[in-house]
Amino acid sequence: MKTNKLSYKMGQFLMFAGPAGILFCAVVIVPFFYGLYLTFTSWDGVSLEKPFVGLDNYAAAFADTAYWSSLGRTVVYSVISVILVNVVAFFLAYLVTSGIKGQNFFRAGFFIPNLIGGIVLGYVWKFVFNRAFVSIGEALSGTAPGSLLSTTNGAMFCLILVSVWQYAGYMMLIYVAGFMGVDNSLKEAALIDGCNSTRAMWHVVIPLMRASFVQCIFLSTTRCFMVYDLNLSLTNGEPFSSSVMAAMHVYNQAFVYKNYGMGQTEALVLFVICAVIGALQVYFGKKGEVAA
Amino acid sequence: MTKSQAMAAPKAPTSTGTKIAHGVTIAVLIVLLLLFIAPFILVLINVFKTKGDINSDPLALIGEHGFTLDNFPNAMDKMNFWTVFGNSLIVTVSATLLTVVFSAMAAYVIVRNPGWKVGSLLFAAMVASMVIPFQVLMVPLVSVYGGILDVLNSRVTLILMHVGFSVSLTTFMYHGAIKTNVPAELEEAASIDGCTKWRTFWQIVFPLLKPTTATVAIINAMAFWNDYLLPSLVLGRRELYTIPIATRVFYGTYSTDIGLVMAALLLAMLPILILYLFLQRYVVAGVTSGAVKG
Repeated sequence: MKTNKLSYKMGQFLMFAGPAGILFCAVVIVPFFYGLYLTFTSWDGVSLEKPFVGLDNYAAAFADTAYWSSLGRTVVYSVISVILVNVVAFFLAYLVTSGIKGQNFFRAGFFIPNLIGGIVLGYVWKFVFNRAFVSIGEALSGTAPGSLLSTTNGAMFCLILVSVWQYAGYMMLIYVAGFMGVDNSLKEAALIDGCNSTRAMWHVVIPLMRASFVQCIFLSTTRCFMVYDLNLSLTNGEPFSSSVMAAMHVYNQAFVYKNYGMGQTEALVLFVICAVIGALQVYFGKKGEVAA
Repeated sequence: MTKSQAMAAPKAPTSTGTKIAHGVTIAVLIVLLLLFIAPFILVLINVFKTKGDINSDPLALIGEHGFTLDNFPNAMDKMNFWTVFGNSLIVTVSATLLTVVFSAMAAYVIVRNPGWKVGSLLFAAMVASMVIPFQVLMVPLVSVYGGILDVLNSRVTLILMHVGFSVSLTTFMYHGAIKTNVPAELEEAASIDGCTKWRTFWQIVFPLLKPTTATVAIINAMAFWNDYLLPSLVLGRRELYTIPIATRVFYGTYSTDIGLVMAALLLAMLPILILYLFLQRYVVAGVTSGAVKG
């Protein structure tokens, strides 16, 4: 066996990592760099030639007010959703780790919304908002109120509500893992030293669950920031394009209005934002971890 | 796996105070859970009503014209349910299997040969690629595989693309698992006994990775089953549609026929809910441990 010959090494590597590596390069690496090239062209998606236009797309993207307002809207939606998702998830995790009977049943139950994709969930909730809520409103006030989905702020409220409902169960599981990772004796020691349970939670348990918080906040931020399926089925950007989020705007720019180069450029700006969020997560995750 | 399932041991409610606290907690949880599943219950009670009854009172448990099953066969027929269900199943199962196998193999060769630059480079690229949102890749993807190579509109293309997008995270998870859970001595012993690397991997390493395999299979299968954007870009022909695409097309056509919509939504949710009923323990444990490692 000549295990240090280059040909042997290459053969081994290709045998084991070849399939994954080739597919990964074909759908991630190649499109990523080809996409960089596309930002300098104006392609309509049909013709074979892709005229080179230099930095025109970047200029157009920076001047595209619809894009920037969709980005601003996405930031507002993400911030509110992330805060609410994590508050609700932490509260649920606290309840389902308090040592009651049937904890597993409740955990499984709260996780259900995550099983079903955004498209189907969006339509289910559309029915809830358009019919059930209206029907409840009618019973309470005697007149038929309009659907929440037909007003600008209402549509935003609905998107946030459904996102919180969808992700809370998933983040709950991560917090549950965090709770179970905290040694009970530490909390008991704090209680013996005269902490009340709220203070013990705040000063002992929560700092030790730092990793869970960083992870949940990062996960919920990236998911909310790139929201598309739910946006499509629940509001479809309506009313008057007031609930078009960044991902939907990029999709429409490319595939509906056929401005492929510009859509790609706007997507690239999204990527830069995502990369910054990712870098911040790594930075805060590494910084200030408490040792138990 | 058992560790992540292990609960904080239920404290025996000793004093009356603890008993009351537990009672309150359970009551709060029951109310919250009912709120959580309310939308599904609403779909369930309306699916057995006629269109007129849903419009007149969506909250009534039973419609004025009584109980009807007509919505189901009608929706199944119009949605082409068995075909799209089959498509979803083929795509999800194949993509999950390939992702698991390819990622485990790649992680193995990368972990065991830290000196090989090509492996480190591939792994670094995979980790870095995790921050790339799909939106950045979708235009070039359609441009390369639709415009230049013209291989869209096929299940095989969709499956391979799904695999390509998910190998990075899956390899990353296997990488951690092999590093911490597979002792190198076992492989050395196998190699002294004349076992090839290929056989060593399949007979010794891969079976030891079962918990990780369960986790990544569950996470990936759920993502593939529910994915809408990638399949919608790849599949244009009706007979290839997966459940999310068929649901969207169906809603676009029949949104006014609310009874049919209810049936279609329930049909779209049913397969995964039934599966969850049997596998919920594994799903919850898998997602929890995946979250801790990922």
